[in-house]
Amino acid sequence: MQFNALTAHELHDRLAKKEISSVEITEAVFKRIDEVEEKVRSLVTQTRDKALQKAAEVDMKIARGEKIGPLEGIPVLIKDNMCTEGILTTCSSKMLHNFVPPYNATVVEKLKQAGAVIIGKANMDEFAMGSSTENSRFFATRNPWDKERVPGGSSGGSAAAVAADETIYSLGSDTGGSIRQPASFCGVVGLKPTYGAVSRYGLIAYASSLDQIGPFAKDVRDCTRVFGTIAGHDPKDSTSAEFAVPDYTSFLTGDVKGLRVGIPREYFVEGTDSGVKELINNAIKKFEELGAICEETSLPHTEYALPVYYIIAPAEASSNLARYDGVKYGYRDESAEDMVTMYMRTRSEGFGTEVKRRIMLGTYALSSGYYDAYYLKALKVRTLIKQDFDRAFENFDILISPTAPTPAFKFGEKSDDPMQMYLSDVFTISVNLAGIPGLTIPCGFVDGLPVGLQLMGRPFGEGTLFRAAYAFEQNTEFHLSRPKL
Amino acid sequence: MAIQYEIVIGLEVHSELKTASKIFCCSSTEFGGDPNTHICPVCLGLPGVLPVTNKKVVEFGIKAGLALNCTIAEFSKFDRKNYYYPDLPKNYQISQYDLPIAEHGYLDITVDGQQKRIGITRVHMEEDAGKLVHEGETMATSRYSLVDYNRTGVPLVEIVSEPEISSPEEARLYLEKMKAILQYTDVSDCKMEEGSLRCDANISVRPVGQKEFGTRTELKNMNSFRALQKALEYEAERQIEVLEDGGRVIQETRTWDEARGITLSMRSKEEAHDYRYFPDPDLVPMVISQQWIEEIRQTLPELPDARKERYVTDYALPVYDAEVITGSKELSDYFDEGLKHTANAKALSNWVMGELLKYINTSGLSVAGVDFPIPPANLAELVELIDRGDISGKIAKDVFADMQEKGERPSVIIEARGLKQISDEGAIAAVVNEVIAKNPQSVEDFRNGKDKAIGFLVGQVMKATKGQANPGVVNQLLRDKMK
Ligand SMILES: [Zn+2]
Repeated sequence: MQFNALTAHELHDRLAKKEISSVEITEAVFKRIDEVEEKVRSLVTQTRDKALQKAAEVDMKIARGEKIGPLEGIPVLIKDNMCTEGILTTCSSKMLHNFVPPYNATVVEKLKQAGAVIIGKANMDEFAMGSSTENSRFFATRNPWDKERVPGGSSGGSAAAVAADETIYSLGSDTGGSIRQPASFCGVVGLKPTYGAVSRYGLIAYASSLDQIGPFAKDVRDCTRVFGTIAGHDPKDSTSAEFAVPDYTSFLTGDVKGLRVGIPREYFVEGTDSGVKELINNAIKKFEELGAICEETSLPHTEYALPVYYIIAPAEASSNLARYDGVKYGYRDESAEDMVTMYMRTRSEGFGTEVKRRIMLGTYALSSGYYDAYYLKALKVRTLIKQDFDRAFENFDILISPTAPTPAFKFGEKSDDPMQMYLSDVFTISVNLAGIPGLTIPCGFVDGLPVGLQLMGRPFGEGTLFRAAYAFEQNTEFHLSRPKL
Repeated sequence: MAIQYEIVIGLEVHSELKTASKIFCCSSTEFGGDPNTHICPVCLGLPGVLPVTNKKVVEFGIKAGLALNCTIAEFSKFDRKNYYYPDLPKNYQISQYDLPIAEHGYLDITVDGQQKRIGITRVHMEEDAGKLVHEGETMATSRYSLVDYNRTGVPLVEIVSEPEISSPEEARLYLEKMKAILQYTDVSDCKMEEGSLRCDANISVRPVGQKEFGTRTELKNMNSFRALQKALEYEAERQIEVLEDGGRVIQETRTWDEARGITLSMRSKEEAHDYRYFPDPDLVPMVISQQWIEEIRQTLPELPDARKERYVTDYALPVYDAEVITGSKELSDYFDEGLKHTANAKALSNWVMGELLKYINTSGLSVAGVDFPIPPANLAELVELIDRGDISGKIAKDVFADMQEKGERPSVIIEARGLKQISDEGAIAAVVNEVIAKNPQSVEDFRNGKDKAIGFLVGQVMKATKGQANPGVVNQLLRDKMK
């Protein structure tokens, strides 16, 4: 039995029954990493010693007969933009190549309290800017289903590692699709929670009003368990919501009878791969078979989501990334003779092309004389996009769509054309702008490449998404397929 | 005919709010401390951290706004002011742009006995920056510079006046009044020497009658009330001279050089700053309820103007006295406490404004300090002792000197030194008779109508009694006996 290929809930049951140990699971995970990491390249840092030490602690606890929590003793991989005390946190950037945070992100703290075994940090597009993980300043992560193809991004390392069984589950962050698009490309479950459901404290900001942390998992049940652990109000994050975190597993009934499912017509337009369209239509049929009521609906401002996103996100990024100047931590150009030159060289060399492109875009959008025409207008359109969803959710419990217009694309295919790259997030961006939750689950394959189905819900309606996704998963086998490595 | 110019001044006052912790984190705001000891990941702006607003800062902001007669915003937010400087760890300052906490207020100053109202445009909250320590004179001439982030994130209010200040003296009076108000409301220590009260000034001149403002310059680095007035006086003269010579005033930032008594141009490039303000997405907008505003209003203490009014109306103090005393909260509190122990407000005021202020200035002590040797009750007792005729005003000055030294009550000092005034006619009569006998010439002069002669005789009696005889009684006895 390959322990590393099991889900967290399967492993938890075996741990509780003392059939296996956390050390055995952790060793299995690192054995797998040793075998396949050269092909996948999903990790930028491995914390083997700390992980095995933690696993041994959990085993002692089990040996003492103490009860363990659902994630206790289970290995997890964390995207490298979440601060881990004493462990390198680089954002896959030269700028932070040597940055070791003196504190833990709230999600990391919560996982630690839940007894999680942190195995390392996942590769990503630099500062979470990108859709292919090609923008990592260290190396590109490969899609476990086809090594010629990208894993998606920006949380490409987190997605690929779960698909490759290098970890049991992982954490990513999603600003415009950075969890859902790679989850779709890698054939795993990925959740972008409601804005404010998970604390952003310790998440190195890209675009503060859009960023959310969420899980990658091998099935829906694991996803509920991880989300239930990391969700909740955090006094350290003013934008985190005060809400009671329910037991999300209670939504896993397998029943969707009477569930009202909206199909926004703007998500079924030209430019979407025909194979993807077919799989989504099959999924709609599956939901109808299961008793859900599927009807077409409209989100009329959808076409503005991409331009609005590419004003708001870079604007916030241009300010969020100003602190990387070589003065306090991270990379510094040592050759400069004066401060301004030091600033310029540090930032020119420390940041990669895409990061610099977005900083320039954002700086421009916020500049005096342009603010009203760009940033302010974008905020207004963002409100319209949000209202589209509010209206749709008056009639529907969830909305479904493709997660991405295509399956995973090849390396280099879009990296020279930013617009083409940006379009790969066209179906995921609205969800961030509206602040609502979005879940992606595997719904089939096109030419051997996985395709994701996106489920969108009301704010704090993650439970309904889990209910629908679980019913679909129980009646399909797509989530059971694994890439051959 | 020479052109007459008028001066237009607007002031930007920065005042540190005296909360225990910083504006967006739990680090201490205490002044001093070794470099980089009052810091945490949040005020260091480390990757991933988020600000959380200290509610006390908003409360103090509202309180300052109310004390300055402002309208408090029901909806307010924080914005990011983006600029690069090493003392600013995030390279943006969290400040307020278009929705400040308070707007449309005023404060009154008294110029040449006339009240003048100066408009307050806005009061907004923001975080302070850190401090650079250069190896050499400036960053450019140093091999390295060090940064101390202890002050980073200390809460500030910035208070912007309307351009309604018409002279350097008015500017000083405005700043003095501002300091008094902020101290009375207890939101700030306002110590200019520790930088907890700072002031920048915008100044322009224009020919009398011209409607448009002249080109303004911004003055920085005035570290005292006196420096503010001096710098503005210099700058007004400089601008007028430029115009008189047919030149044009350049819009720029100038720094006050205290030692040379002149203003110097800083890089005018700074004026080109585009701060790219936008709402801070890490902080949610503040909705301020009327109820909270009213609760804070209830906590407002008596402000300097009201207290001045009370002194004039209830205690018949001259306006000048009332202004001097209420100009400092400490002094005014001292005076109020003293009034509990004497009814003679005018006499107490004279002592406070005279001997007490002189002593404070020479000793450098604060009347509010625990080690201050003259509690208000003791000074009031001294006033009472004079009123009762127990000591003369002259002896009282000696007693006051002893009170500084020993910290004792004046009655105790008088008793110990036997300084009590002799008012008993029998005891004085003997000395009077003696003096009359010894000074026949003076007695003769007095009887011949030279009234001045009595002064000499009184002096002789006082001398013989070591100043303890009641001068009134002495005078009366002499006159009676020389009739
Ligand atoms: Zn702090």
